[in-house]
Amino acid sequence: MRDVAIIGTGQIPVGEHWDIGIRHMMLEAGLAAMRDANIESVGAVYVGNMLSGEIAGQAHLGALAVDFMGLDNTEAFKVEAACASGSAALRVGYMAVGSGLLDLVLVLGVEKMTDTSGRETTAALAAAADAEYEVSQGISFVALNALLMQRYMYEYGWQREDFANFAVTAHANGANNPNAMFQRPISAQTYLRAPMVASPVGLMDASPVCDGAAAVVLAPAEYARTLNLAPVRIKASAVGMAPLAVHDRADPLALSAARTSSAKAYDQAGIEPGDLDFFELHDAFTIMAALSLETAGFAERGKGVQLALDGEIGLQGSVPIATMGGLKARGHPVGATGLYQVVEAVTQLRGLAGANQIPDAHLAMTQNIGGSGATIITHILEAMG
Amino acid sequence: MTIRVADNWRLRGQRYRLEGERCGHCGEMIFPPRDICPECKKPAKTPHPLSGRGEVYTYSTVHTAPEGFQAYAPYTVALVKLEEGPMVTAQLTDVAPSEVEIGMPVEMVTRRIRTEGDEGTVTYGYKFRPVRFGQIPMRK
Repeated sequence: MRDVAIIGTGQIPVGEHWDIGIRHMMLEAGLAAMRDANIESVGAVYVGNMLSGEIAGQAHLGALAVDFMGLDNTEAFKVEAACASGSAALRVGYMAVGSGLLDLVLVLGVEKMTDTSGRETTAALAAAADAEYEVSQGISFVALNALLMQRYMYEYGWQREDFANFAVTAHANGANNPNAMFQRPISAQTYLRAPMVASPVGLMDASPVCDGAAAVVLAPAEYARTLNLAPVRIKASAVGMAPLAVHDRADPLALSAARTSSAKAYDQAGIEPGDLDFFELHDAFTIMAALSLETAGFAERGKGVQLALDGEIGLQGSVPIATMGGLKARGHPVGATGLYQVVEAVTQLRGLAGANQIPDAHLAMTQNIGGSGATIITHILEAMG
Repeated sequence: MTIRVADNWRLRGQRYRLEGERCGHCGEMIFPPRDICPECKKPAKTPHPLSGRGEVYTYSTVHTAPEGFQAYAPYTVALVKLEEGPMVTAQLTDVAPSEVEIGMPVEMVTRRIRTEGDEGTVTYGYKFRPVRFGQIPMRK
């Protein structure tokens, strides 16, 4: 294996893009990344996406991407792992370059979720769960996370208001990100007044439905120094798995796939949790943010919420999360999210995060969760000095 | 997402009778049947109907219901820990949302899950109701 670096990034703002379809979204993000990397061709394009087949009737996104981008005869295919599709596509690119098989790879994440009604989109998203034994019972994806949050509150004695800071912090950071869907801070009152979707999950506990596309270019680390002034090395790429249905997990709150994935990543990178400057975790729901902090070693089991209460998750805290808004405020265009996390981490590591800049940012972790935690993919990124 | 006719027919043993499996090698009770024991990873194909008795492990009252379930909202779903070991996801029935507590004993009943999906079928399956004094139990 040779070291792999990210030499270019691109993104479109997250939002409701009535005026552009999937192929244009892929084109904009992909070309932006290639321009940033100063290259005109690649050996392959891997596309992370979950819902295009169901929502737009368009599968075969790899072929569509390279066709529309004018990349003739460039290998391309879609990679899918529900909401972890973006990171899964990144991993495929990482394996292709790291193994020596390819020298330049474009990894694209794209999702269009707002063309369909909320109901249809929600129904499509449910495919991330167990169709036969969860969805068939009238369980929405929100309800699955609600079941986890309810048990967590029962076991550890937390109240709803204790989770407010996850949403408040995300929105505070999103306010300074021109690519975020929500660029307006919210108060704890807004969080508490939000209507219930599935108790105890309220509207402000959950990330929004939205459209987005983001991309990175990968190259061997040796080339990166000659090609690009601010490359970022991928120091770890690790996957953890757990049973698909929450009810099939021996200990649902253990979020075992996250613990495995984080542990493998730390091991590969040769680091401890405390070495990280920030953590782009998967805050699709406030409960997931709490559990992710615990499984990554920043808090003991059941105490993840305390980090939010103590303000440790803000930009000045000991473990900044959602530094550009996270899934809650920047948005969660599911298959693209993994790439947004990486693009934002690279922005921080390059010192280009503006008002949200973490001082001397050098080492970061991104973690992308598929479904309710069946596939969890972690990457550790390091600024190449 | 539609509950397809073929799927419901294939899964009727599980939906109507809570038919699971017992692993002949390690004794693990498995629901739903999956033919390879998740515990010892050996083949497990011995059918074993579960009793339907269990307790609420966690629950949630759904206000914004998914496609096909809007007519029933709000309703309460739960993870029920069955007495044999496996856990299932199911709706709770015959109980007000405010009455539900983690740990409350429940038992399986066969109820209508939904009607008129795209294929116009009526789907039945398991739900769980509180075990109350004087109630005739559904299963032995």
